[in-house]
Amino acid sequence: MAKIIYKDKQGNSKTIEVENGLSVMEGAIQNDIPGIDADCGGSMACATCHVYVEEIWFNKLQKAEDAEVDMIDMAYEPKKNSRLSCQIIVSDELDGLEVTTPENQS
Amino acid sequence: MKKTDVIIIGAGPVGLFAVHQLGIKGLKAVVIDNLDKAGGQCIELYPDKPIYDIPAVPECTGEELTKRLLEQIKPFKTELYLNERVEEVYPEKDNWIVKTNNNEEFLAPNIIIAGGVGSFEPRKISLKECEKFEGKSVFYAVRNKDNFKNKSISIFGGGDSALDWALELSKFSKITLIHRRDEFRGAQHTLSEIRKLQQEGKVSIKTPCQIDSLESEKELKSITIKYDDGKTEKIPTDVILGFFGLIMKLGPIAEWGLNMDKKTIEVNPKNFETNKKGIFAVGDICSYPGKLKLILSGFHEVALASVECFKRARPNEKYRFEFTTSSKTIQDRLGKK
Repeated sequence: MAKIIYKDKQGNSKTIEVENGLSVMEGAIQNDIPGIDADCGGSMACATCHVYVEEIWFNKLQKAEDAEVDMIDMAYEPKKNSRLSCQIIVSDELDGLEVTTPENQS
Repeated sequence: MKKTDVIIIGAGPVGLFAVHQLGIKGLKAVVIDNLDKAGGQCIELYPDKPIYDIPAVPECTGEELTKRLLEQIKPFKTELYLNERVEEVYPEKDNWIVKTNNNEEFLAPNIIIAGGVGSFEPRKISLKECEKFEGKSVFYAVRNKDNFKNKSISIFGGGDSALDWALELSKFSKITLIHRRDEFRGAQHTLSEIRKLQQEGKVSIKTPCQIDSLESEKELKSITIKYDDGKTEKIPTDVILGFFGLIMKLGPIAEWGLNMDKKTIEVNPKNFETNKKGIFAVGDICSYPGKLKLILSGFHEVALASVECFKRARPNEKYRFEFTTSSKTIQDRLGKK
């Protein structure tokens, strides 16, 4: 279990307890967090679960695979701290992780 | 107007298998898809990625699966209408009329929506000002190369489309290739050819940067790009080409009066009919308790939907459940002796 903080661009935030083993994307979808579409369902094929990860957390996460970075090229306004939330798997170590959803997913 | 038994919207794996399930029951179908080829997400998003959960096929790629399905439905000689997007659906007595963006019209008692997450459309540049130049100086595809001669073209993207067009259009235009990071994911040999042109001063490559603004009077004059370190640079530009892949948009489906749950269509899991009689939804686009977005679930859904389609298309005939192993009628339809 880890508390994941989902923020939007306007600064609204929601904290959700997400079970270990689920992705940050699944945590969002199951709890109706707006701003994460996840059109492809988590197969790393669409870049519509794109989030920005707070800097301190970004460096703690396992590095993105090449395929994920390639996919982020397709995302809406990608930045240096962009990740696909379907590729961030929740564990106790991620308790307190903050992600911000972009203005749009497409 | 073309008459048929079933209009299938979406040529992904589930839409293609629908042809089979209808075909063995003696029903005729047409398939309409917005893409230029059959296969849906399998072909557009992951043609080379192996799929491991198709029953009795331990491993196959999206492309192989599509090829095999096309092979499997060959006996039914079904017409595929590609590059066509369904715009309107409306009733006429006990039938449905479907109209596409190319003004093709179809009439049938049944519609099967196998639309995945909607239709694929190019992902656009996020900068708002680009919108008003779309189709004039901002493009997401090259339909006719001749329109791109003797121009200053800024190409955005890091994949094959961006690289291929940078190379091709550099033959007769001034190209600037712009990408958000230093690595390009397109084919390395194309990239090395472009690097060569860069050394010869024929193409310039700008990384890591993104579009920041554009300057125009009546027409587009230049764009300003912003590097990761905050520096900006102005690039004279007549034409912007953006290659950021495709995005799935639900599109007009949302306006057909079907009961929706977010971006999915609610169905009765008994026959996968929607709230409208004769309109069915199968595959990723449908929702019911316990729904799994798997290709194999879509195959099951379409088998059941096809039974209901038969009842509506042949109201005076009795539906008989038959096995392909033993039914002479089915074997005839498959062209087997």
